[in-house]
Amino acid sequence: MKKIRKTLAVLSAALLCLPVLSGCHGRQEQAAFTVPEEFDASKEYEITFWAKNDTNKTQTEIYRQAIDDFQALYPNITVNLRLYTDYGDIYNDVITNIATNTTPNVCITYPDHIATYLTGDNVVVPLDDLMADDQYGLGADGLLFDAPTESQIVPQFLEECQLGDHYYALPFMRSTEACYINKTYVEELGYTLPDTLTWDFIWEVSEAAVRKNADGTYVLNGGDVMIPFIYKSTDNMMIQMLRQQNAGYSTDSGEVQIFNDTTDEILKTVAEHTASGAFSTFKISGYPANFLNAGQCVFAVDSTAGATWMGSEAPLVDIAEESITDFEIEVMPVPQYDPEHPQMISQGPSLCIFNKQDPQEVLASWLFAQYLLSNKVQIAYSGTEGYVPVTLSAQESDEYQDYLSRAGEDNDTYYDVKIKAAEILLEHADDTFVTPVFNGSASLRNAAGQLIEDVVKSVRRKQTVDDAYLETLYSDVSALYHLDENSALSGQRTDLGPLPTTAKLLLGGLAGVWILILLYLAVSKLSGRKKE
Amino acid sequence: MRRKTLSMLLAVSMVVALSGCAGGNSSTSGSSASNVSASSSSVADASSASSASAEDQSGADTASADVLTHEEYMAADLDSEVTIETYVQAKQSWWEDEGQGKATVYGQSEDGAYFMYDMACSQEDYEKLVPGTKIQVTGYKSEWSGEVEIMDGTFEIVDGDEFIATPLDVTEMLGTDELIDHQNELVQFKGLTVEPANPDSGDTSTAFLYNYDGSGSEGDDLYFNASYNGQTYTFVIESYLCDSSTEVYSAVKNLQVGQTIDMEGFLYWYEGVNPHITSVTVVG
Repeated sequence: MKKIRKTLAVLSAALLCLPVLSGCHGRQEQAAFTVPEEFDASKEYEITFWAKNDTNKTQTEIYRQAIDDFQALYPNITVNLRLYTDYGDIYNDVITNIATNTTPNVCITYPDHIATYLTGDNVVVPLDDLMADDQYGLGADGLLFDAPTESQIVPQFLEECQLGDHYYALPFMRSTEACYINKTYVEELGYTLPDTLTWDFIWEVSEAAVRKNADGTYVLNGGDVMIPFIYKSTDNMMIQMLRQQNAGYSTDSGEVQIFNDTTDEILKTVAEHTASGAFSTFKISGYPANFLNAGQCVFAVDSTAGATWMGSEAPLVDIAEESITDFEIEVMPVPQYDPEHPQMISQGPSLCIFNKQDPQEVLASWLFAQYLLSNKVQIAYSGTEGYVPVTLSAQESDEYQDYLSRAGEDNDTYYDVKIKAAEILLEHADDTFVTPVFNGSASLRNAAGQLIEDVVKSVRRKQTVDDAYLETLYSDVSALYHLDENSALSGQRTDLGPLPTTAKLLLGGLAGVWILILLYLAVSKLSGRKKE
Repeated sequence: MRRKTLSMLLAVSMVVALSGCAGGNSSTSGSSASNVSASSSSVADASSASSASAEDQSGADTASADVLTHEEYMAADLDSEVTIETYVQAKQSWWEDEGQGKATVYGQSEDGAYFMYDMACSQEDYEKLVPGTKIQVTGYKSEWSGEVEIMDGTFEIVDGDEFIATPLDVTEMLGTDELIDHQNELVQFKGLTVEPANPDSGDTSTAFLYNYDGSGSEGDDLYFNASYNGQTYTFVIESYLCDSSTEVYSAVKNLQVGQTIDMEGFLYWYEGVNPHITSVTVVG
């Protein structure tokens, strides 16, 4: 039992620390980084790497092996590993450590998080010069290992790491979401899986799956529990549903567009299927994989990086062995509105480098970050879950192609569900998208998920979800996530309300002092003239 | 003299200006804080949208609420609004979500136990939730992976008596259906034998793991196995409930396979029993 629910949203709490990053009472500022001409191999460097794993020991072993291999190449660099299992915890800790100039050197991150880090000056190192450096740049001759060139990094993955005019991260791994399906149940209900999963199909089958016997048990599994459709990350659910319908979410500059008619329709649909018992979420009911494996769910949407938990033969399980049911599993891309033009989110960890006083230490960090893109690390780590290497050199290597071709050989390294999940992203790389990154984009993402979570909770609590409800919901969520404040990012004027009393007193005091000064000067001048 | 006076006036002006900068920040913070409070409600948990302190709320609301007994609480439908009274036994965590504090707390009364997950709670009020404190909680009865809990709750501190639960010995209930009747209670297990934490690996000497599979590090949850009557059970030191500075965290790190131990903890549930251990004593 390991995927115990931890605090779910540390992320947003850290946003309250933003003034620490940019305010006048904040940390001591650092000079902008410039690439040294030579890496000084005569000095010892100790760098820290804050890494995230999916509560997966193999991943932590790969990190450790990578560090050992790297230190063998660069004996003057020591890499200290700090392990996390939650992006939110990393983000929270980084924010805290920025204020005290104790950030890690290299850190697993999401671009949304970097947008916040960048509110401090020279906190995160822009990578453009490092990437292009003749000696130490991507795939350059001065490296002691084979690293990918810039053109060998999957372009859209690299593009995701560009904020404004600069690259502030390197992609490390990429995943998307997949729908893990109890195909046995779908067929027992009289349906055949389509080539492309659609929202209409999922809702229809899910409604069919909630039929009950006279004794209150479900017809489909004969049990007391059946949630046909469970979504793990409702923020992704909302974001993808909007994107697939070309509806507003946000502009690149941060103008919030999420409160629109399409969102209304999505939420009313969610409410309808929650009311019938056909839909729920991870936050409200539990991990989709547990329900799927127990025969209590038909469609489980989760990350491709969660594939090893899915299926009767899954190598990782979280429920009692006797609770696992035997069923045929199918892995498909997330449901679509327009099957001809599928769209799905691109996600996964990236690597950023924090600035330090010593440029040589930053260069050492860059060397290590780049080492994590080498084929050995990329292929090993991507095989731990339904991840995809971020470099074409790794993806096209014989080793990786051999790995893909052996799907199903065992239920561990070659677990077919995991490899099929990774293939979804490989086949649909051009159908992926990311949401705009700006200071506040992490909050908007949280808000997107909150809309669905609140609607599901409300329906379960017998509240009516109608236009009036949605109006209140939008207002509440907007205020809770400070979305109204983001308008400043798009150049709109923000009504800050009337001046506080203290400010009025202050301004009055200042005016009084200046009047006294002017009076004094006038009186002095007059008395001078009299003397003359 | 004239220069001194002018300097003094300019200095006064500057001091006022500088203090105004700080004052401005304070005003902004204050304004921002009240915005957060005012906006922290959402339609899904309107009843939990309180920004007032627990003390502010005591009184009329407490008297008017329809307080359920533990039996009535257990009989209540999932997702229904419930009000219960209980006594704090342990605090698991406090964190801030978009400006709203949230606390996760174990509570127990003489007739049964409760788990309050992410209950609205300011940091100041969290400090008041010492073991024994009586609270009235209103929220929604929920179930998450088998754990029955109160979600989206608010609370009020109720003046009066205190209650600290005596741990119930459930050793003989291990592996039985009876155990779930004591979910969330303070319990004890006696005379268990420490077993290898990761027997599948062939490692017979390691007594605990960071995270369930050893993927964690110092500060993460600790997992360990212990057996009774030939059956092995898994126990956890939940790092939010008992962090790496606590005695129990150190005690588990010092366990040796084969030792006999007594334990206390809360009977948490996650896809089956998942005791959150708060005390370990080596007895043999």
